[in-house]
Amino acid sequence: MKRNLAQVVLSTVALLIVLSAFLPDTDGGFSGIVKSADSYFPIWFSIIAVFAFVLGASSLIGSHVRKIKDRETDWQYSVVTVLSFAIVLIVGLAKLGGASGLEGDVSDPASVLGRIFSSVLSPLHATLFSLLAFYMASAAFRSFRIRSLETTVLLVSASIIIIGRLPFASKLFSFLPDALQWLRPDKLSLWMLLVPNTAGQRAVLITVSLGVIAVALKYILGMSRDMFGGQK
Amino acid sequence: MICVITSSSHFETWLAAFLTLAVFSFLYRDNPFYKFAEHLFVGVSAAYWMVLGFWSTLWPNAVVPLFPDAALVVGATPPAQRDLIILVPVILGLMMLLKMVPRYASWGNYTTAFIIGTTAGYSLVRYLRSDFIYQLGSIIKSVIPESANIGLPEVFNSIFILLATISALYYFLRIRTNKRSANFISRCGLLVLMTAFGVSFGSAVMGRVTLLVDRLYFLFSDWMGIL
Repeated sequence: MKRNLAQVVLSTVALLIVLSAFLPDTDGGFSGIVKSADSYFPIWFSIIAVFAFVLGASSLIGSHVRKIKDRETDWQYSVVTVLSFAIVLIVGLAKLGGASGLEGDVSDPASVLGRIFSSVLSPLHATLFSLLAFYMASAAFRSFRIRSLETTVLLVSASIIIIGRLPFASKLFSFLPDALQWLRPDKLSLWMLLVPNTAGQRAVLITVSLGVIAVALKYILGMSRDMFGGQK
Repeated sequence: MICVITSSSHFETWLAAFLTLAVFSFLYRDNPFYKFAEHLFVGVSAAYWMVLGFWSTLWPNAVVPLFPDAALVVGATPPAQRDLIILVPVILGLMMLLKMVPRYASWGNYTTAFIIGTTAGYSLVRYLRSDFIYQLGSIIKSVIPESANIGLPEVFNSIFILLATISALYYFLRIRTNKRSANFISRCGLLVLMTAFGVSFGSAVMGRVTLLVDRLYFLFSDWMGIL
């Protein structure tokens, strides 16, 4: 019963959104009701997203507190997570350090939260992502070995793009005659980005959109209810 | 060298430099410095996004419509009247929090239903409009020249994009046939896709390298002051 009711909520909300996209813009009548419901949904969604953050954070902190209690391996690092979470939460909710107190902007660079962002979060985020440069290189070395025509094409196109973005790319092959200047890595990489890449990405987008539409319809029509768990 | 390093005494710069080096230390192997930085990142980012969500979404969109005087706390003008319809997402949000209590966890299904319903609805409309129809339109547009004064390279590129897209779609949609010509088109499609994936990979590598250069520049310039 509960699962059926949840399915009714899901289908109604989705159908209202789909209908709203195709109905004319009028104030009254059925169209007006659908349009006003549709205008509320994005705000409701963002409000629920904040509650989802609370749920996620509770789960995160719960698991780390359990780890500290049970003195599991590396429990000391869980203390770092719990303490940093608590400190940033208090500092951020109280808007400490900002020029205008609670009236100020939460992301004010002068506030304590803004300074935590610039000195802790931003460097950690950028460095963690920059680490991927090393791992991508090692992954490429293992997977790009020339074994077939497809992997060769992948290797060649990736290499042209990488070489073409180098600062001295325009100087490479500059000895070529005018008629063959298009073979210069900078020009070739631009052409690959604009022509074969456009075709490939366009095909991917069309097929992905077909897949997303099919999955969305599956949920709206109630053909998949895994997300409601096992309760009847 | 030490003199140069100590000249940069700003605590935040030193903290950022320490964390940057702590993360880079993982390139050697997993170690306590990396673990510290990793756990700090998890705790700080979870709280940071929660705080941002509270002040920029929950306060103006849920607290202020329900309690207009709350607008004064952040120096905004209070709305003329309460908007009780906002109780709906607040109740749905609270029902979602019941997922933490095993006995009442099923109440959170209604919130899950709302989230999946809105995502399915918006995805269906967006992908139908901006990806499926728009991309099909772009294919058709590519064969109709926008002006009469186009050169041979533009004509070649347009025809190439058209044929390459069709062959890639042909491969993706797995049109099965025993004809040799069909297999040839499918193979061409696979090569087009491999080229596109190669371009994406190359761009991703360059993006990460840019971030790496930025971090190294920070270390050598902002922290050490030798650049």
